[in-house]
Amino acid sequence: MTTPPKISVKGITKTFTLGKDSFTALDDVSLDIEDNEFVTVVGPSGCGKSTLLNILAGLEEPTDGQSLVDGSAVSGPGPERGVIFQQYALFPWLTVRKNIEFGLKTARVSKAERRDRAQHFIEMVGLEQFADALPKMLSGGMRQRCAIARAYAVNPSILLMDEPFGALDALTRVKLQEQLLDTWSKEQRTVLFITHDVDEAVFLANRVIVMAADPGRIYDVVDVDLPYPRSEEFRLSTEFAALRNRVWHSVYHQDGRTAADSKHPTPSSATA
Amino acid sequence: MAVLSDQGAQASRTGRGGTRASAGRGRSSTAAGPRRRGLSLLLNAVSVGFGIALWWGLAAAGFTLPTPSEVVSKAGTLLSDGTLQQDIVASLGRVLAGFALGTALAIPVGFLMGWYGVVRGLVEPWIQFFRTIPPLAIIPLAIVLMGIGETPKIFVIFLAAFLVCVISTFQGVVDVDRTLINAARVLGAGDAGIFLRVVVPASTPFILVGMRVGLGSAWATLVAAELIAAQKGLGFRMQNAQLYYDLPTIFVGLIAIGILGLLMDRVLLLAERKLTGWQERR
Repeated sequence: MTTPPKISVKGITKTFTLGKDSFTALDDVSLDIEDNEFVTVVGPSGCGKSTLLNILAGLEEPTDGQSLVDGSAVSGPGPERGVIFQQYALFPWLTVRKNIEFGLKTARVSKAERRDRAQHFIEMVGLEQFADALPKMLSGGMRQRCAIARAYAVNPSILLMDEPFGALDALTRVKLQEQLLDTWSKEQRTVLFITHDVDEAVFLANRVIVMAADPGRIYDVVDVDLPYPRSEEFRLSTEFAALRNRVWHSVYHQDGRTAADSKHPTPSSATA
Repeated sequence: MAVLSDQGAQASRTGRGGTRASAGRGRSSTAAGPRRRGLSLLLNAVSVGFGIALWWGLAAAGFTLPTPSEVVSKAGTLLSDGTLQQDIVASLGRVLAGFALGTALAIPVGFLMGWYGVVRGLVEPWIQFFRTIPPLAIIPLAIVLMGIGETPKIFVIFLAAFLVCVISTFQGVVDVDRTLINAARVLGAGDAGIFLRVVVPASTPFILVGMRVGLGSAWATLVAAELIAAQKGLGFRMQNAQLYYDLPTIFVGLIAIGILGLLMDRVLLLAERKLTGWQERR
């Protein structure tokens, strides 16, 4: 027996009922993610990508199917799965430092160690000068860096990121993508990253999952077999462009249940 | 997104270098602060002065009003024989007792209503029902049930403060951002942790607004409460003066109630600034 995958999604279906109508957010979705893999999920709105993340986070229950983390079934949130929300979700009454210490306090970590670990992650995301500022003083980018530090501080083995850079301007977004990869290369974690931005999906990932809506399903899987660290050079390379075109096509020209049904015969040989 | 405040957008452009810029902006805005406050104080003073002049003018023109000087000398008399102090202590005691009891009960009840659907279902109809009855209308019932001592007076003030404060506390709990609760859950917080570390701080602004409005209703109920066979108190003094057509005393009572209410409101406002300074104001 080999070790189970880090995250295993098995035939998850999620339906919402609104009065008489029911809506299938996820239809029999299965997916395995290996340890320390960086997987991005991209798809049109309504494809259930956030629902998938919420189920893995333990914030929502699937209607059918099961998700496993390290081989055991997910039931409710847990500190081994850190979540980063699009709306930052910082506690506005706490300073940057206190926000980062929040999860450590829940875990009853001693005061001295809390200080040390918070300081480490404050430095990691470059917020030293704002450590004692309230969130209202921070820009969107700084807020999200604080949220990333807060998630890292409880030392999760998995990071679930729900369109974390979706509310930021294009320049800040590029900068934060590079910082995130930098952080990820220093502190390896398994990452599931939801986005609606094709460039972002390809730039960050080992593997891009393309989803389709109505019903929400996995439409295509594109491997990004290109080395890290990735920088501007990579972003402007022809390999990147080829992969982006491939993912773009999968996102914007969806016909049939999966990509295999239409244009692309095999969803893995992608290196240009 | 609305949460991106303007200074936030500023800082995001400059990234980390933004410290200097934002500190500079901070300094310039504090420099403008006192000047603006000075201007608004001046406007306040002009407005009050104009109001008193108008009052004086009306009194001089033959309206049945006491002049400000008559009121001031009446206040002097009432102060020197100790009546005003005695009345203030009596009224303030009632208001504070009723208000303190009202908010002390309203905050836990509001929290329970917001947190547990069962409590909400059980309590809400009563609160909605009593909210439609003016506290004045409760007075006959209060007298019959509680006699004519301090109890019925404090009770109606309590009821007025409680009803206002309970609703805003409840609203505060219901309005806590779901994302913040989820953020706390994924950081490992249990129900108790979420309640104490998220729901309580997040609803503090609502509670403080509720307390301020509740204090207003407590004062508003005071005079009515002192209709109940009181022997002292600002409301009693004014009703008594009404029998003797003693307008200056009525004015002294009104002004005293106004000033005391204003002072208490300031204290709560100060607490609000201290406790909820983290809010992003639009």
